[in-house]
Amino acid sequence: MSAETKSPDIDALMQAIPYARFLGISIDQRGNEITTVLHFSQKLIGNPVLPALHGGVIGAFLETTAIAQLAFEFAGGELPKPIGLTIDYLRSGRPVDTYGRAEITKQGRRVATVRAEAWQDDRARPIAAAHGHFLLKAADEPADR
Amino acid sequence: MASGFKITPEHIALMKDVLIEHVPHAKALGMTVVNAAPDEAWLAVPYDEKLVGNPETGVIHGGVITSLLDNACGIAVQLALPERMSIATLDLRIDYMKPATPKLDLVAHTHCYKVTTNIAFVRGTAYHTDEADPIATCVGTFMLAANRTMPMPMTPEAAAEALAMLAQKKDGAA
Repeated sequence: MSAETKSPDIDALMQAIPYARFLGISIDQRGNEITTVLHFSQKLIGNPVLPALHGGVIGAFLETTAIAQLAFEFAGGELPKPIGLTIDYLRSGRPVDTYGRAEITKQGRRVATVRAEAWQDDRARPIAAAHGHFLLKAADEPADR
Repeated sequence: MASGFKITPEHIALMKDVLIEHVPHAKALGMTVVNAAPDEAWLAVPYDEKLVGNPETGVIHGGVITSLLDNACGIAVQLALPERMSIATLDLRIDYMKPATPKLDLVAHTHCYKVTTNIAFVRGTAYHTDEADPIATCVGTFMLAANRTMPMPMTPEAAAEALAMLAQKKDGAA
């Protein structure tokens, strides 16, 4: 993948991540808009009685959504590393496909702050929201300058 | 809720059955209950290539740690409650201290340190072998009696067995 491409192929990048394939995450990329899609499968269930998606799956999906957005904005760089992520669970995740969008709230030189949301049928009724910090460069790089 | 009754290997085996076997995602990750105590749980996920987040380094994806901590927090809450009830994660904050080491299994230790009428408070640590050298830490809150369905996840047989065993242990401790 060219580091200089204006529109990097984020789906190809995602499919190279074994865990993203394991969960069944793909990218719907329209111009500069990135929507992540979590394709429902039985193994994503955390509560079989309701049934509902596992909270960890929703967290992982939001983290991946944030990383996809960062990978798009900082094409060619290393994959950003999560520093911290706070997930608010708003509704139970039903056994259907889930969609995600992320927005970079603040971009520093080393750290970016990202907000992400996940929804199912109705984007105005998100099932979860997260905000997190991501390290944009290798952790072993000198911390100063 | 330091109830005083001792968690036995039977309890752990039961929890493995009741709380893990019926959770498809926990099974998909190969998650197991390693140990348990009142208010506390230890769970593990074995290293697996399919869980890798960075194909260049072989490091496990942060999302696996999120699932492990979330599930371990939920079990710690169940172990702190006087009776089984449905719970739902309200929020979960994860801080990543260092990348997981490729090929090593992940362990999470969680502690439910406060239960109120509606909310349970939990914190936890994910590590390989030494809890003092964490990969990630978390703090979360859970809503109690979150819905009107049966406490998750169980078959009627497992529920009856779990309740009978807990009742027996409580009588024994009283």
